[in-house]
Amino acid sequence: MSAAVASAKGVVKRFEGVTALDGVAIDVAPGRITGLVGPDGAGKTTLIRILAGLMEADEGEIAVLGGPPGAALDDLGYMPQRFGLYEDLTVAENLTLYAELRGLPRDERQPVFERLLDFTDLKRFQARLAGKLSGGMKQKLGLACALVKTPKLLLLDEPGVGVDPISRHELWAMVGELTAEGIGVLWSTAYLDEAEKCDTVYLLSEGTLLFEGPPGDLTGPVADRVIRVTGFEARRRQFLTEALDREDVIDGTIQGRSVRLLIRDGRETPDAATLDAGPDTQVEPAGPRFEDGFIERLGGGPRGTSALAERYREIPPSDTPMIEANGLTRRFGDFTAARDMNFSIPRGQIFGLLGPNGAGKSTTFKMLCGLLTPSEGTGAVAGNDLRRAAADARASLGYMAQKFSLYGDLSVRQNLDFFAGAYDLGRSEAAQAIEAMTEIFDLGERMNVNAGTLPLGFKQRLALACAVMHEPPVLFLDEPTSGVDPVTRREFWTHINGLVEKGVTVLVTTHFMDEAEYCDEVTLIYRAEQIASGTPDALKARAAELSGAADPTMEDAFIALIEDSDRARELEAAA
Amino acid sequence: MRRLSAMIVKEMWALLRDPKSRIVLVVPPLLQLFIFSYATTLDVKNVDVAVLDRSGGVHAAEFMARVAGSPSFRDIRRLSSTDELEQAIDGQEVIAALVFDPDFDARVTRGEPATIGVVLDGRRSNAAQIVSGYLSAIAGGYGAELLPRRAAEAGTAGSVVTNWYNPSLDYIWFTLPSLVAIIVAVAGIAITSQSVARERELGTFDQLMVSPLRVHEILIGKMVPPFLVGMFNGSLYLVIAPLVFGVPFTGSYLLFFLALAVYLLALIGVGMLVSAASATQQQAFLGSFLATVPLILLSGYAAPIDNMPGWLQTVTYADPARYFLILVQGLFLKAMPAAQVFQQLWPLVVIACATLAASAWLFRARME
Repeated sequence: MSAAVASAKGVVKRFEGVTALDGVAIDVAPGRITGLVGPDGAGKTTLIRILAGLMEADEGEIAVLGGPPGAALDDLGYMPQRFGLYEDLTVAENLTLYAELRGLPRDERQPVFERLLDFTDLKRFQARLAGKLSGGMKQKLGLACALVKTPKLLLLDEPGVGVDPISRHELWAMVGELTAEGIGVLWSTAYLDEAEKCDTVYLLSEGTLLFEGPPGDLTGPVADRVIRVTGFEARRRQFLTEALDREDVIDGTIQGRSVRLLIRDGRETPDAATLDAGPDTQVEPAGPRFEDGFIERLGGGPRGTSALAERYREIPPSDTPMIEANGLTRRFGDFTAARDMNFSIPRGQIFGLLGPNGAGKSTTFKMLCGLLTPSEGTGAVAGNDLRRAAADARASLGYMAQKFSLYGDLSVRQNLDFFAGAYDLGRSEAAQAIEAMTEIFDLGERMNVNAGTLPLGFKQRLALACAVMHEPPVLFLDEPTSGVDPVTRREFWTHINGLVEKGVTVLVTTHFMDEAEYCDEVTLIYRAEQIASGTPDALKARAAELSGAADPTMEDAFIALIEDSDRARELEAAA
Repeated sequence: MRRLSAMIVKEMWALLRDPKSRIVLVVPPLLQLFIFSYATTLDVKNVDVAVLDRSGGVHAAEFMARVAGSPSFRDIRRLSSTDELEQAIDGQEVIAALVFDPDFDARVTRGEPATIGVVLDGRRSNAAQIVSGYLSAIAGGYGAELLPRRAAEAGTAGSVVTNWYNPSLDYIWFTLPSLVAIIVAVAGIAITSQSVARERELGTFDQLMVSPLRVHEILIGKMVPPFLVGMFNGSLYLVIAPLVFGVPFTGSYLLFFLALAVYLLALIGVGMLVSAASATQQQAFLGSFLATVPLILLSGYAAPIDNMPGWLQTVTYADPARYFLILVQGLFLKAMPAAQVFQQLWPLVVIACATLAASAWLFRARME
């Protein structure tokens, strides 16, 4: 292996008492993709900014392209997480601007632009404003702008954020081509499945390196400890809860009708008999994932029983659907953001809205929780019509948004107090609920801390606490776990699974295919329409038919179904 | 009730939790009060003048002694040539220069009309006019003393002026009550305009809108903190004006607080309208600036409304500060009776209702 294009040793960076990076070392090799992996707030962006020369480290030795950071800017390509593009300029103008900024000679521009536009497949959109591009196209254009002068080192800060699986695949393919030209790429990401595609991975968590090396080295040790269990008698959520409560299981997730378990190191892999889940139970080995290795490094996932669910009221059974959409349509001017959405979710189920960004899943979600008035159609939450009984509908739902949307400059306690009051809890009820939430989510020591300064995991707990304090029969979750570490995500789903067992109905939007697996039913929204609906297993089966793949993942299913819809559209257009 | 009180408590915490923002709420309005009171001097004090005395006689010297004795003038520079005079005015060393002709003393002694030349710096026209007025008054007084008989014969007895409500014509008696109106407006609109916009920008707005809180509960919750801050600052001024600046408060305290409360509601309506229209805090900040400047300029504080063109005078009827300025001056200086207070109060009530209703409507409309 030739010398690293960028290397750092013992990098320390502190921000006002918070240590963002604590003795991190990294080497970026030429011609390879080096992954910088970790949840939000792990220190990824800080490290990239230090390497790009935008920020100085407090301690540590750093060499970029043989000099100090910021010296060899001509050979450095950098794509920031946001703000990299000028949204009011067209695609071509953005490229020209970057060419000017990077000092690309005028006569070389045309061939370079040709090549980049071909490469990114943006040729058709040259005259479109960058702000009007989809998330995936924006990232491709950002990449093209970073490449106007072929760099030796390319720093990519979370290029996969806000990008649907299809565009993500294309981005990976593009970056793969670049490494073939000998460019050293540093790709940062919070998606653990992306880590598996890197040549070398640096796993960051709260400013320290948990792991470095090829991804296989992390998954290797857990390889024969991952099993898939099918055919159990109990409901899948119940089975998962019981399995997670076992001593020999350290992690588990739902995958359609099956459950995937990670066994504790040194314990014997349980067979069907030990699991005692009915005569048809089958246990088979499953492929290890990067996430399994990460979870093990973090000391395993949470237990299966949710304290939150234990004290939650039992939602009374009912025959009427808890969430209903009948022909919901929303137009903005002559643009239709969501067309004719139809579904009905019975009590005690998780329903997922899946789809690329901008496809209409947020619009549908917002209509159902009362943030948008539908142009046509009706909807109901817990039997309350959205138009006629909006306030009652709102009182019967709990809402948790993707972004931390509590009051960051109020303390934890003040946030809890406010939401208890906003949801009409009486004085003693509120006191009880707050006490319970404090205990369940371990907030006791942080009651007087500003919510905005909490670590990400605690913010997430607090957001869930505020959403469920009034024990609503329906929960609305908008990308609830994006960017959090896998243990926090497991904990979150443990609670949600527990609540669903108590009869709570959940509507979730997500582009995390893992999360889709937890759903009882999903609907895939693409170009403002529902293109496929059914159980996750049914969608995977359909995808298998379409693509011929043997055991497609949810992500494969997503891609296959969208490609199929595109083909159908093209056929229709041609006819 | 439980929801509304939770909303109010939350809004109060949002405003008061940070010690820095607590200071920002009270200290700048006080600083503004002090700076504005001392900086917007409407009379001319401590001016420097020059004199080119070509007569060298007693009368010229006596006249200059009177100028020197007046509290309005500070330094008197003696000049020896017209070149020096030019320099002194040109370099803004003095605002006015007096010129005594060589025959000045002789003419005065003979009882003939004598003139004093006054060169004024027209670049500072307002102050120059006032200085010219002061000098004419001194000249008139001196002339009358020299020729009391003639003056009496001519029947120019002069007028006896009494300034009602502000006997010593102290400018601060006018500016300080007006400043209460201005500073309360600046702070009130600024605080209110941030409230909704901040939640939009931080993403907490959706969370608020999916809760069972009704629109009126959210709006009332957001109105309470700026209202209380405004009442607090208003009361503070009420104490400081007599104690520190010696401006008497002659009216009814009850009427003052009633007027202040209605005025604040009108201001909060304006601020809320800005806030409901803004998507970001920056927009809200610019919007509040956009609202505050005309509010002050059209209030009659900076320039009398009567001097404005007719159409602009009509516009001033929509300016809440216009009414409160009259109210606060009246209540401070002339014990404005209740009937007159209500005459100014009802338009304020109309403005408050209109702006608050409009902001509630805009708040709903902008949800989508």
